[in-house]
Amino acid sequence: MSANETIFIQHHHEEARPLQYYLSKMEGYSAAKKALSMSTDAIIDEVKKSNLRGRGGAGFPTGVKWGFIPKQSPKPKYLVCNADESEPGTFKDRDIMRYTPHLLIEGMVIGGYAIGAHHGYIYIRGEYTRETKLLNAAIDEAYAQGYLGKNILGSGFDFDLTVHRGAGAYICGEETALLNSLEGKRGEPRVKPPFPAQSGAFAGPTIVNNVETLAAIPHIVTRGGEWFSKLGKIEKSGGTRLVSVSGHVKKPGVYELPAGAFTIRQIIYDICGGVLGDKKLKAVIPGGSSAPVLTADEIDVIYDIEPLMKIGTMLGSAALMVVSEDYCMVKLIKRITKFYAHESCGQCTPCREGCKWMEDVLHRIEDGHGREQDLNLLLDIADNIGGKTLCALGDAAAGPVSSFVKKFRADFEAHIRGGKCPNA
Amino acid sequence: MATKQLSQKFYDAMKKLEPRYPTKVALLLPALHAAQDEWGWLPKEVLEEIGEYIGIHPAQVREVASFYTMYNLKPVGKYHIKVCTNVACCLRGADELVEHLEQKLGIHCGETTPDRRFTLMEEECLGACGTAPAMMLNEDYHENLSQERVDQLLEGLR
Repeated sequence: MSANETIFIQHHHEEARPLQYYLSKMEGYSAAKKALSMSTDAIIDEVKKSNLRGRGGAGFPTGVKWGFIPKQSPKPKYLVCNADESEPGTFKDRDIMRYTPHLLIEGMVIGGYAIGAHHGYIYIRGEYTRETKLLNAAIDEAYAQGYLGKNILGSGFDFDLTVHRGAGAYICGEETALLNSLEGKRGEPRVKPPFPAQSGAFAGPTIVNNVETLAAIPHIVTRGGEWFSKLGKIEKSGGTRLVSVSGHVKKPGVYELPAGAFTIRQIIYDICGGVLGDKKLKAVIPGGSSAPVLTADEIDVIYDIEPLMKIGTMLGSAALMVVSEDYCMVKLIKRITKFYAHESCGQCTPCREGCKWMEDVLHRIEDGHGREQDLNLLLDIADNIGGKTLCALGDAAAGPVSSFVKKFRADFEAHIRGGKCPNA
Repeated sequence: MATKQLSQKFYDAMKKLEPRYPTKVALLLPALHAAQDEWGWLPKEVLEEIGEYIGIHPAQVREVASFYTMYNLKPVGKYHIKVCTNVACCLRGADELVEHLEQKLGIHCGETTPDRRFTLMEEECLGACGTAPAMMLNEDYHENLSQERVDQLLEGLR
């Protein structure tokens, strides 16, 4: 049944990791061989046709992004894989790296060739020590067999690949912060422009792509952009998508679903077995903790970029977090806000001061010391952070707070009036 | 500088990495990781030696090291426990797990036991939300945790 055709998840098991499996069961490195005989424009066209949109969170069309890279550059160009996977709720890239590392490597070889880069970096979050070792082992295998290094598969194209570990900073998932971190600096986002495609890693033209995005590339090259595009069941969003489901569901985990094929209700109740303990659904955070929250009445929405945007939230990294009726919404948003306050890099005043302030206000509401005017204060602070910072962390902190206060106002008011959590 | 704090193995590893980056400063994060692997944490002398190797001021090393939570600028216990308390883990009982560990170890989050065996910390999202709650014990992930599983794990260390 084509609606359920998958390209990743059937290989997400331990036996899939070695090069031998990749070559025999996944047509390994045949896409690279094909790509290296194509023109770079033809590859970029195929990726454009595929309607592949970045899987890290922003959903930018990958082919269009690649097209921004200047053909000629006095400085070396770089392809960087964003394997920071730090958006709370997201755990899909970890599976790609630990089960099918060669798929990512092959995607990077093709991407490197397409944009004219001879060195790639995989920026992986520091906590993923096991995945770092597995990737390095796979990279060694690829070098030994001539899939990386000089004159790959006799094509004359050289490409080196290096794994670079982060060290525990959410902000390094933001691409310019990531580049600073790669360069040995504090992970502080840069002022844009210049965009990385003009001046990125080591001031060279750079493309930063998410793990899942790059892992889709070999499939697109092998079977064509049009085929990939049709895997998606919604306009302008091709392929399948790895959805990370967590929280109060019976069957949490990574699911590969055709883009735009299911509503959130179907994902929770039909695919993930329903709410844990058959409790009532209270809320859904649809796209990682940065995404504005949805109530139980809002889940008949198609789970993809544009339908979610239309109702004021976002798909983000496709990390769906499910909350059941008896969990305290004030406690939840305080925890989310504490995270952003902790992870703010501190460069922009609205984010640095505002996140901490929101955390403090939420803390006192949770503790039963809140005041009636605190709710409007929270909305006011959030409004003064959103859109007023260098990077998206400010918006990521502000959006959830506004949405929780607006959609679950009664829960907050009960804390303030009752002097404690009504569930406690 | 006086006697070297970092081993030949460290310098060999760095030498191998050097051609991988167009600048030497880019070696800073890998160097801090490698040094911490040897020391368990990053004493002042080690930061200075890294600065000397890379050719930057020790203040620049510290400026960067202090930005990232994984670099320990204070000594930690032999067993460094980091419990994820972010959203998905909280929804699955991470707070109770932290309380349990605090009681069991007799310390608060952020502290080290007097015998220097255990350091307990809260961690932000580890990317193991589908198998929450999760924690790291030194470099290893432990997932689908319950109080009983944590107890078993700690027993195995004694």
